[in-house]
Amino acid sequence: VRVGLFVTCLADLVVPETGVATARVLQRAGHEVVFPEGQTCCGQPAFNAGFRDEATRVLRRTLRALAAAQADAYVAPAGSCTTMIRTFAAGLVGDDDEDLRLVAGRLFELSEFLAAHGGALAGRRADARPVAYHDSCHMLRELRLRDEPRDALRRLGDLELADWDAERCCGFGGTFAVREPELSVAMADEKLRSLPPDAVLCGADPSCLMHLRGRLRRLGSGVEVRHLAELLEEGTRP
Amino acid sequence: VSAILPLRGTTLRERSAAALAGDGHLQASLRGTTDALDGRRRNTLAELDDPDGLRAAARALRTDAIARLPELLEQVADGVEAAGGHVFFAADAEEAREHVAGLAERRGARRIVKSKSMVTEEIELNPRLEAAGIDVVETDLGEWAQQLDGEPPAHILGPALHKTKGDWVRVLGGVGYDGGESAEAMTAFARATLRERFLNADVGITGVNLAVAETGSLVVVSNEGNGRLTAGAPPVHVAVMGMERVAATWAEADLLLALLSRAGAGVSLATYVNCLTGPRRPGERDGPEELHLVVVDNGRSRILAGASREALNCIRCGACLNACPVYRQIGGHAYGWTYSGPIGAVLAPLLLDDVPEAAELSHASSLCGACWDACPVGIPLHELLLQGRADGAARDHGGERALWRAWARAWSRPRAYARTGAPAGAPVPDALVPPPFRAWTAGRELPRRSGATFRERWRRGEVLDP
Repeated sequence: VRVGLFVTCLADLVVPETGVATARVLQRAGHEVVFPEGQTCCGQPAFNAGFRDEATRVLRRTLRALAAAQADAYVAPAGSCTTMIRTFAAGLVGDDDEDLRLVAGRLFELSEFLAAHGGALAGRRADARPVAYHDSCHMLRELRLRDEPRDALRRLGDLELADWDAERCCGFGGTFAVREPELSVAMADEKLRSLPPDAVLCGADPSCLMHLRGRLRRLGSGVEVRHLAELLEEGTRP
Repeated sequence: VSAILPLRGTTLRERSAAALAGDGHLQASLRGTTDALDGRRRNTLAELDDPDGLRAAARALRTDAIARLPELLEQVADGVEAAGGHVFFAADAEEAREHVAGLAERRGARRIVKSKSMVTEEIELNPRLEAAGIDVVETDLGEWAQQLDGEPPAHILGPALHKTKGDWVRVLGGVGYDGGESAEAMTAFARATLRERFLNADVGITGVNLAVAETGSLVVVSNEGNGRLTAGAPPVHVAVMGMERVAATWAEADLLLALLSRAGAGVSLATYVNCLTGPRRPGERDGPEELHLVVVDNGRSRILAGASREALNCIRCGACLNACPVYRQIGGHAYGWTYSGPIGAVLAPLLLDDVPEAAELSHASSLCGACWDACPVGIPLHELLLQGRADGAARDHGGERALWRAWARAWSRPRAYARTGAPAGAPVPDALVPPPFRAWTAGRELPRRSGATFRERWRRGEVLDP
């Protein structure tokens, strides 16, 4: 499958290692990966803040660039940005927008794509520590992807998934994180109460991970925070 | 004990800070009670054959009832009047207050008992009645504790759900209780005290959970039995209802009550479901001599005409509060007014359109959608919160809009966008996210990028395996 990578702004500008890992995992699953360079962001930050015209402007730019690549499928390492395009974008550009129809119908979050097109992708995780998977809200409640990311992790063998408060919101919430910082941080602490200290914290949304990592570092915690794509990449190196 | 700040003159951030500043008792209390209620909600909904199907059916019938609201309200009014009751439509809070006060005055009322009613909190009825020299007593246990403590309710269903046993002993101690922390002893004390109030009241005021149009009946549910005594013991019953609380038929009411009981208190059916059709009839032994229904608009017509109409589908069960991670941290008082949690954050900017401070309440959410999941009538609360933010943004022609414009200009051009990426190792510049980005550092390290951006690495051919 010719896969167009929708890398998302955070995995491009802030955590490029997540973008790189995503591309390699897709390649190792047997796909041709292309990166449409005209893409920027899905517009969610402005949409989330209520500024819909501004969000639309950025969204259109990205939809145009992705559509122009004429890929068979598009994959993003972020449940939230995938939701923005699949669920909310129609309210901004209209559900008859040609670029949107082309992209939204074949855009998948990484683990969702691997569930259908992961082929024989398999590997081994050298690290014996349990993995605490964090369900990000859009991915869980809008895309309904609960099993897919866990199944993707199981491609790395018999790893231990930590039993913790996986489905509670981490408190990031986009602009909420800076509009109500104390509350956002209190919510992170609530989430982290149940995190086993020996676990690796793993998620499929760079934004939640950025927030939780930032909180853990400020607390002086050494807990490792990794994107799902990065664990998959590490475990499947040739 | 966390301080309670008023909505006017404060920000959500200030009110949250006040709630978070305590010793953690508030949060521990909220954690325990909301988890218990949310767990009971899940368990009792699971008893049903097809909870998701019933939820979809309930959503459809609420949407239909709201679409037919004027017609159904007329039917309710005709039915209540045909059964011997009186109906008054109040356009706003003041009209509603004055009407109820007028009724009390005409009867020369000195003592009023009330069962828990959020709409009477919304219209600030108690202060008006008290100003007329009337003794008003709340008879829902939690609401009574709040009244004695001089606090507004902190939850739609459990007004005192944030209170610890110690708080209860302190509050009841103020009216003569000295029986220690036993729940049985406190309940017995409350029962003895309140029973006497029911028997001596001149007027009883209740809310209305549902008005059933086909028979003009009012349904008032309670779990303590105080609703029945309030509606039935005094000579006058005044029922105050938000104008959206209408079901067309008893079949619809049946489904809504099944969901309301489970989603709210986490019981298969509320302990007391009172179905009231008119006042006492000749030959009947109990019930009020007079029944008055007050239907309150107070901004609801405005909601009906707008993009957030589905907010009127709410049946006030409180499930969204129990599921909300924001409510869990700050409790009800930090929202600053009657309705708290996700539904309160949706309703505030709509109902309080003359209070500038109410607009920002649509930001009192991380948009996680747990409220939508918990809502027994499937209201997409997170989408209504987004709508509220868009409504707020439409009124912003200043600072924040300018920032988003600048952001959109840069981020719709890949080259300008790429320059907003941080140089390797250094903190991400503020330009990446609009102010107050610095707020990020309140409790969190700023993210740092190691190495080049993804697009730069792609261009250099460093991304894929050889």
